[in-house]
Amino acid sequence: MTDNQQLERIASQVRRDIVRMVHAQNSGHPGGSLGCTDFFTALYFEIMDHDSKKFDMDGKNQDLFFLSNGHISPVWYSILARSGYFEISELSTFRMINSRLQGHPTPEEGLPGVRVASGSLGQGLSVACGAALTKKLNNDPKIVYTLHGDGELQEGQIWEAAMFAAQHKIDNLIATVDYNGKQIDGPVDDIISLGNLRAKWESFGWEVLEMNGNKMEEVISTLQKAKSMTGKKKPIVILMKTEMGMGVDFMMGSHKWHGVAPNDEQLKDALDQLEETLGDY
Amino acid sequence: MKKFEYQDKKDTRSGFGAGLYELGKKNKNVVALCADLTGSLKMNEFAKEFPERFIQCGISEANMMGTAAGLTIGGKIPFAGTFANFATGRVYDQVRQSIAYSDKNVKICASHAGLTLGEDGATHQIMEDIGLMKMLPGMVVINPCDYNQTKAATMTIAEHHGPVYLRFGRPKVPNFTPEDQKFEIGKAILLNEGTDVTIIATGHLVWKAIEAGEILEQKGISAEIINIHTIKPLDEEAILTSVKKTKAVVTAEEHLLNGGLGDSVAQLLGRKLPTPIEMVAVDDTFGESGKPEELLKKYGIDTDNVVEAAEKVLKRK
Repeated sequence: MTDNQQLERIASQVRRDIVRMVHAQNSGHPGGSLGCTDFFTALYFEIMDHDSKKFDMDGKNQDLFFLSNGHISPVWYSILARSGYFEISELSTFRMINSRLQGHPTPEEGLPGVRVASGSLGQGLSVACGAALTKKLNNDPKIVYTLHGDGELQEGQIWEAAMFAAQHKIDNLIATVDYNGKQIDGPVDDIISLGNLRAKWESFGWEVLEMNGNKMEEVISTLQKAKSMTGKKKPIVILMKTEMGMGVDFMMGSHKWHGVAPNDEQLKDALDQLEETLGDY
Repeated sequence: MKKFEYQDKKDTRSGFGAGLYELGKKNKNVVALCADLTGSLKMNEFAKEFPERFIQCGISEANMMGTAAGLTIGGKIPFAGTFANFATGRVYDQVRQSIAYSDKNVKICASHAGLTLGEDGATHQIMEDIGLMKMLPGMVVINPCDYNQTKAATMTIAEHHGPVYLRFGRPKVPNFTPEDQKFEIGKAILLNEGTDVTIIATGHLVWKAIEAGEILEQKGISAEIINIHTIKPLDEEAILTSVKKTKAVVTAEEHLLNGGLGDSVAQLLGRKLPTPIEMVAVDDTFGESGKPEELLKKYGIDTDNVVEAAEKVLKRK
């Protein structure tokens, strides 16, 4: 089995986790979670230099990841559990009372892997800039990664941070935008269009890469290329085309599965499409 | 009444600037951020001496707060400075989610608070900031009264792990507290012992409370005066001990009635020791342009107002 096939197997299990978690509480955000599953799998199982058993808030000499669009917490929780940050069985507590797996991620409950709260959109890039600056001050050579929704880019703070990162030459930062073209109320282009997104980031002083976020090989190679571009006085952003709901046919191609849970029948239909590779929680 | 003397008048923001510079020398983990107001916040000395630890954020306060939160990851202690309005109301959600809810060790340093920034007018005269900040779980709220105390507070909050809101101002006010004072978060300072009424004041109104105490003394009224530099956590014991004795309370602050120090004291007394209370604060209105002293007078938060409040509350005993 090639490395990529192994990653695909992890991704399949993560997708099962996502639909099961959201179904169990009849609450959560499956669409974006499924769309970003391949990215998360590549990042945590192949790209990032991190040790799930040595998690602490400071994360010195480890790569860091910040999820700015916190509503896709199901995919992150599954990935964190599957990569050893906490017990896989804890996924069953998602969105339940007294759980560390809050609807939107927070360090308040002490969940390993989470360093800042997110959910109110637009804040993660600023936080990542600060963490990246601290790494520079500490002579820590590791990299800071982020993920943002495309609809999230309508928040002004993102562009404040974009200007700031270029001004301060934050070149140990790789941001990724989940460019699925959809937000709650409909297609991004119909709500507030992002226009020429590549040109926007370039004009803000960033290196811009593009990739298909649902092709594992391309995700790996693009993230590796991004890593090779760090340390060159410019921040890096990857515009990642994804399909919302990827892997579950009836959730794909529409924004309506942004924040809706499958019913019992739909869950069965979804799980029939996703191979159980690592064992359900 | 104890005599209070001062050598000179100084602005509390300069106390912040001096404290930050001293901290910079002592603690290599202290970093400072500013949103295009380095001179106004008196952060120039730090910026000049420690350029690698000074982060200019430009006019983007939301990003500054998020960046400050991120800087704590890896052990830095960020002091983020701007005007009080832009450090609270403008960025409330950033402070709430990225700093307070995330329990980040950020020091939010807010100058030009209240009416006394003067001529710039109501857009900049925030009088809601104490309320906004004290409502955030885990947030410490400090409003020192003069230059020396602001300097001491600035240096002390670096030792406290967790988010802090440090509020100070623009005008030059009597610098009367000791230069070598030890600042203790949450520990009220009993300035003058008295028997008839307890005056609890914070920030610039502490000196007004002292002036009021002298006037009241001439009228035969003995005022106990407490400097509450920390509004949250409130020194409940100091307040209750004093109020048990005097059985009448006046609060005084450069803030709105809603959400300020008076609110906190009234809540405490309502729960634990119901006592007549009068509050010297601005009542549900915005400020305007003018000289600081004119504004304090017009908006009813001057020395005379503290005197009147004391006389009024004594009648309710």
